[in-house]
Amino acid sequence: MDVVIGQLPRYLEGFGTTLLLLGAAGLAALAAGTVLAAMRIGPIAALRAVSGAYTELARNTPLTLVLMFCAIVLPYLGIRLPYLLAAIVALALYTSPFVAEALRAGVNGVPVGQAEAARSLGLGFTQTLTLVILPQAFRMSVPPLVNVFIALTKNTSVAGGFFVIELFTVGKELANANGNAVVAVLLGVATFYLAITVPLGLLAGWIEQSWAVRR
Amino acid sequence: MKNLGRAAAALAAASLLALAGCTSTTPQKPPAAATPAPSFAADTTMARLAQAGSITIGTKFDQPLFGLVGPDGKPQGFDVEIGKILARQLGIPEDRIRWVEAVSANREPFIQNGQVDIVVATYTINDKLKEVVSFAGPYYLAGQSILVPANDSTITGKDDLVGKPVCSVTGSTPAARLAELGAQPVLADTYSNCLEPLRSGQVVAVSTDNVILAGLAAQNEGEFKVVGEPFTQEPYGIGLKHDDAAFRAWINDVLEQAYADGSYKAAWDSTAGKVLDYRTPPAPDRYQ
Amino acid sequence: MSGPAVLFDAPGPRARALSRALSAVTIVLLAAGLCLAFLALNAPKESGGITLPGMFDASRWDIVWDPQLWSFVLGQGVLGTLRAALLAAALAVALGVLLALLRSASSPWLRLPTAVLIEFFRGMPVLLMMLFILLVFSTGQYWAVVSALAVYNGALIGEALRAGLRSLPRGQREAALSLGMRSLQSKLLVEFPQAFRQMLPVIVAQLVVLLKDTSLGYIVGYPELLRVTMNNLASFYGNRYLFPLWLVTLVLYLAINLALSWLARRLARHR
Repeated sequence: MDVVIGQLPRYLEGFGTTLLLLGAAGLAALAAGTVLAAMRIGPIAALRAVSGAYTELARNTPLTLVLMFCAIVLPYLGIRLPYLLAAIVALALYTSPFVAEALRAGVNGVPVGQAEAARSLGLGFTQTLTLVILPQAFRMSVPPLVNVFIALTKNTSVAGGFFVIELFTVGKELANANGNAVVAVLLGVATFYLAITVPLGLLAGWIEQSWAVRR
Repeated sequence: MKNLGRAAAALAAASLLALAGCTSTTPQKPPAAATPAPSFAADTTMARLAQAGSITIGTKFDQPLFGLVGPDGKPQGFDVEIGKILARQLGIPEDRIRWVEAVSANREPFIQNGQVDIVVATYTINDKLKEVVSFAGPYYLAGQSILVPANDSTITGKDDLVGKPVCSVTGSTPAARLAELGAQPVLADTYSNCLEPLRSGQVVAVSTDNVILAGLAAQNEGEFKVVGEPFTQEPYGIGLKHDDAAFRAWINDVLEQAYADGSYKAAWDSTAGKVLDYRTPPAPDRYQ
Repeated sequence: MSGPAVLFDAPGPRARALSRALSAVTIVLLAAGLCLAFLALNAPKESGGITLPGMFDASRWDIVWDPQLWSFVLGQGVLGTLRAALLAAALAVALGVLLALLRSASSPWLRLPTAVLIEFFRGMPVLLMMLFILLVFSTGQYWAVVSALAVYNGALIGEALRAGLRSLPRGQREAALSLGMRSLQSKLLVEFPQAFRQMLPVIVAQLVVLLKDTSLGYIVGYPELLRVTMNNLASFYGNRYLFPLWLVTLVLYLAINLALSWLARRLARHR
């Protein structure tokens, strides 16, 4: 227990990096996921195919391979990113198809009549989407989106194997240095993760309750 | 409903298969014919292992020169040869050794709960760990050193590393030493991943035990070189169950005998000796 | 609802021509991008004073023709992955059903502790759980991987099933109860099968995630596909073969996961 308290600064440093990865990758994934979802339901067949193919590719690849791509294969292509940025890009690339799927589920939940009414008023595809569909879809997307973010929080722990020092890496180092207090060290790490994921989970539950569309 | 039942049956069948599969990992070959088993005092670990005719050894599967697993699935390297020497002295043939991969997370727990009998895995002897496991040996003295690109002349010793990014493996002792030294540790999961940042210039050096660096340099001939003298002492020992004094004493005896009768040198020459020079082995530390 | 017929007009001849033109442009851009990437990867590199061959140079790919490599990768790696994944999947589904039952029980003594447990399991990274189970319960590598995956995915599947239960029309439960079934019977015989079928896409997606997460077994040294190729073989053959091994591993994972998803969709459609 003293190990955890004594090493609190290191825990907090790792925790800060985890939060940074979560925030930056989360925002990037939201943006990319919205674009992907729009491509997927849009009128241009080629874009639908590209979005679908990318979604299948990213959803069926383990995160470790995506991180390896960004950290090790990209430099071969001449793209040399600082490693924190590479981890953020990899996490965003991996998470964006899940965001797109969550958004698509929300869009599918909006009654067809809404789109028909919008079209019959003469609104184009982009207008229909942005003015009528997405605001309603957003409500229904929030619970699965929050789940995606909880998963992203935990996926940041995988980034620790690729040159980024985040919370789980700190845990491994401390566990190695203090062979007799391993369980205490890991419990400390778990507490920090739960400090992010439990509020997110509660938020998802609360949103589901208060914004639920009763049929 | 029907397809649900079928799906459930399929899952159940698959899981039964998986369960069956997980019990068949140890090779079930009949014990090799009679080299008469050496006799040990009853009630010692040696007697138990010799009678069982098999031993479980933890080693590294990803350490050049010391513990590697190739596509034939059999570990090779200097640590593996030391393990085989010990097994031979117990009368256990090579094919009855069960090799388990020892990563830093599972070394001590596996020793403590008996899932491995010994760990020979570039295991640095460490006073903190002596509270949890016992160490026989050391059987080799390594030291932390530095790997740089072959055409680099700016880094010649550990003082050149201060303030620069240096790559090592997460949770290893060399990584902690780098932090103490004042370098900026950049941590990867395997040594192989550390070479890419070195190539692209994002780190100036890779630092870990000199034998591992020599193995990496040999695998990538001409591209990297090891510089400077080792600046720490990393005694490699054999981990075994805490407080098993008889077993520890016996292993130390076997090591000393191997030094004397040439089997240690033969083990070295056939594995790490292809890249590194032979050095006189250190005397085992029979601590109380 | 996201079908083209609703969100935008059925394309007329001009729109179709535009769509075809855009498709052609997209294909050309993609092909050009891939070619550029191929050329960039294949260019020889200077490093440490010597020249390294390009990524697709034959000298880097000679190990791929070795049949022993494939028997090792498939026999140890893929088999290790599948062994852990199948058992963990079966346990996760069973645990999910149990947790969903407990969570929607009428007694708060059952509901609330289950809710806490589910939140705990959902919030812990799988890596951490595998390490924890290995260290605290002294299980072997296999059981640490399987139990961590089963517990984590069981919590997620339980939540999915609960959402499915809630979205059922209430008439189902009322009809079952009015037939004289008790609450538990109604749940098991009437509500759960329907909830299962409705949430099947979500559950299958979660099982695919489970299979990918077996790759996190590296933390306890479990020999599965990722560890065998990217760790053991990459260290054995050396850094020169890192890219080919990465590409082979990627293709294998895609093949396994796509096959799994396809199989699940076939099973779901076979009614």
